[in-house]
Amino acid sequence: MKRRKFIGMLAGAGACLAASSATAGGTHHFKGYPESFGVLFDSTKCIGCRKCEAACNKVNELPAQPVPFDDLTVLDKRRRTHHDTFTVVNKYEIGNKPVYRKQQCNHCLEPACASACFVGAFVKDKTGAVSHDASKCVGCRYCMIACPFEVPTYEYHDPITPRVRKCTMCQPRIEEGKLPGCVEDCPKGALVFGRREDLLNIARERIRKHPNVYIDHIYGEREMGGTSWMYISGVPFEKIGMREDLGITPAPELTSGALSIVPAIVGLWPVFLTGAYALTKRRDKIAEEEQHHAVAEAVAEAQGEAAKKAKAAMDKAEREKQSAIDREVKKALKEAEEARLKAETPADPSEQ
Amino acid sequence: MSHHTTPNKTFWTPANILTAVILAIGLALTVKRFTMGIGSVTNLTDDNPWGIWIGFDLLCGVALAAGGYTTSAAVYLFGMKKYHSAVRPAITTAFLGYAFVVFALLYDLGRYYRLPYPLTIYPGPTSFLFEVGLCVALYLTVLAIEFSPALWETLRWKKLRFWAHSLTLVLTIFGVVLSTLHQSSLGGLYLLAPSKLHPLWYSPYLTLFFFLSSIPAGLSMVIFEGGLSHKFLHHKMDETHIKEAPGVTLGFAKAAAVVLFAYFNLKWIGVALDNNWHHLATGWGTWFLVEMFGFVLVPCLMYAVAAREQNQKLAFYASIVTVLGIVLNRLNISLVAFNWQLPSELRYVPSWEEIMITVFIVTLEITVLRICLNKLPILHEHPEFKGAH
Repeated sequence: MKRRKFIGMLAGAGACLAASSATAGGTHHFKGYPESFGVLFDSTKCIGCRKCEAACNKVNELPAQPVPFDDLTVLDKRRRTHHDTFTVVNKYEIGNKPVYRKQQCNHCLEPACASACFVGAFVKDKTGAVSHDASKCVGCRYCMIACPFEVPTYEYHDPITPRVRKCTMCQPRIEEGKLPGCVEDCPKGALVFGRREDLLNIARERIRKHPNVYIDHIYGEREMGGTSWMYISGVPFEKIGMREDLGITPAPELTSGALSIVPAIVGLWPVFLTGAYALTKRRDKIAEEEQHHAVAEAVAEAQGEAAKKAKAAMDKAEREKQSAIDREVKKALKEAEEARLKAETPADPSEQ
Repeated sequence: MSHHTTPNKTFWTPANILTAVILAIGLALTVKRFTMGIGSVTNLTDDNPWGIWIGFDLLCGVALAAGGYTTSAAVYLFGMKKYHSAVRPAITTAFLGYAFVVFALLYDLGRYYRLPYPLTIYPGPTSFLFEVGLCVALYLTVLAIEFSPALWETLRWKKLRFWAHSLTLVLTIFGVVLSTLHQSSLGGLYLLAPSKLHPLWYSPYLTLFFFLSSIPAGLSMVIFEGGLSHKFLHHKMDETHIKEAPGVTLGFAKAAAVVLFAYFNLKWIGVALDNNWHHLATGWGTWFLVEMFGFVLVPCLMYAVAAREQNQKLAFYASIVTVLGIVLNRLNISLVAFNWQLPSELRYVPSWEEIMITVFIVTLEITVLRICLNKLPILHEHPEFKGAH
């Protein structure tokens, strides 16, 4: 594959991821769908009769329970929702007085389960309901990890088509113009159904009118970015099993920052890595060239040295030869001179 | 390479008998899981939806298979060509590691037959799990191609081998990108649960922690498996492999020491960032300190000394401590420190059947790895393709 084509492919992959990732940052703030519904639970009015549990069981066509709904002894034990119970009421003894709290899906404005789901099976509907589409669900149960209210449950004993189960806020009934099952059957008015904005006003009004009855906190107004199901109470919420340390950050914001780095990694990593490869390659090439160069230089130097040596030897030999010749010439001349002198000195006596 | 033909050698060695027993029990439990549901073999509850099949099989499995991308990046991108013989064993273990991670996932997914859904018809890109799925699927493909030359050589399919080999550089870069993303995304999964994970382990840096710690995890697995191969598969190794092995061990030891040190420091920056110091005085804090000092700083120093004194044995022991430390970290995040506020009777403890299925999958993986190392040109070069890199 050509490098250019490869880089093109990576850019394409990066663009895909960038386009599909959650948008991070900005001043965007989601306040919930306008006109969406919710339910307000008033724990000061709840008497723990379990009528809501019975109604929920009936309208959702859930399996019959081993303990009948009019048996209130189950309230003595701490319970939670399961795949066959979408809502439970728990009793808390506070100052020798029982306080009840109903538990079900809170239908967050920006649900953690929807943010977690990797097939998009959870949808926050315009009615306010957070619904789960079992026809998409792969069964990873990440929604159950993510939910701060521990709401989604699972059909662990179904081998083929297990489902995630939870309260639907009776979305089908709402669309028919009916009340959610639990709200309809509550005999004490502990549950109020209505538009979320109206419910907030009702809650504020009750707290304002009866400051001795209620603590000044509407649970769900801001928790985890706000929920459609909200609570008011006469005792601190942490005393009735509700966590007050969840913060007000909507779940998607917990991951959007880290997710936004993904396209950056896809875009930048190949550049850096190709750069690292190129640098390594260049380093190797330079090292190789330097080695070649060094070898060539060494060879040249060795050759020069040898030539010099040879020349020196030649010169020396030449010099020696010359001096030998000179010496010989000198000697011959000297001998000739001597011979001449010898010939001249014993002069002929007859000539005198 | 020489074929040992010892006629008296029986197939039923103690190791093989143990393997057979584990595989038999595993198969029986597999039947139970797929006919009676997840609940029939696990202790998972509505409060504890993820057990050891995610905490160990997925999180540890992926982290410990990081040797593939770390080794191929070191050799092909960062110019450590002298470690070339380490690439094939590392790619092989990584490929099998990822393949068995996906296999193990089928046990944990309620509707395992829908595994391709997020990649095909219903993408959920707001989820870190989507990123994990996408990257693991792509990386498994990358690893399969990187691993394939060993097969093509054995089959003597030269064209395919040449084709697969020519992609090396591209696949290596792609592999590092994908590994960076999914290693970090596994940590990112827990970003959504600040109310459930203990503050000492929860951090906005979780993605960085998981990625950074996957590097020493991968390097340590290469050192660890190298040590084991030397002991048990020496006869399968060729001269190059035996000659390069000490260099690989000590070079990787040095790298692991450096990255572990960076990881150690970054973890403390994480604690400081959220001002979680007061938690250190609690029992959870003690456990955190055990992880940080006993299983991060100690192996870091062991590696440093091993690299400095050229002590291969010490490097081998350091690799064991590092691997244990990574396992400890992943189990702490997924199980021990997860749901830490639940009353003890609601906490998760794996059932023996759950553990047995994990043991079964690990045994199956080791068995396949043994077969590969014995039958394929992984610890040695194929005679017909010598030096063809």
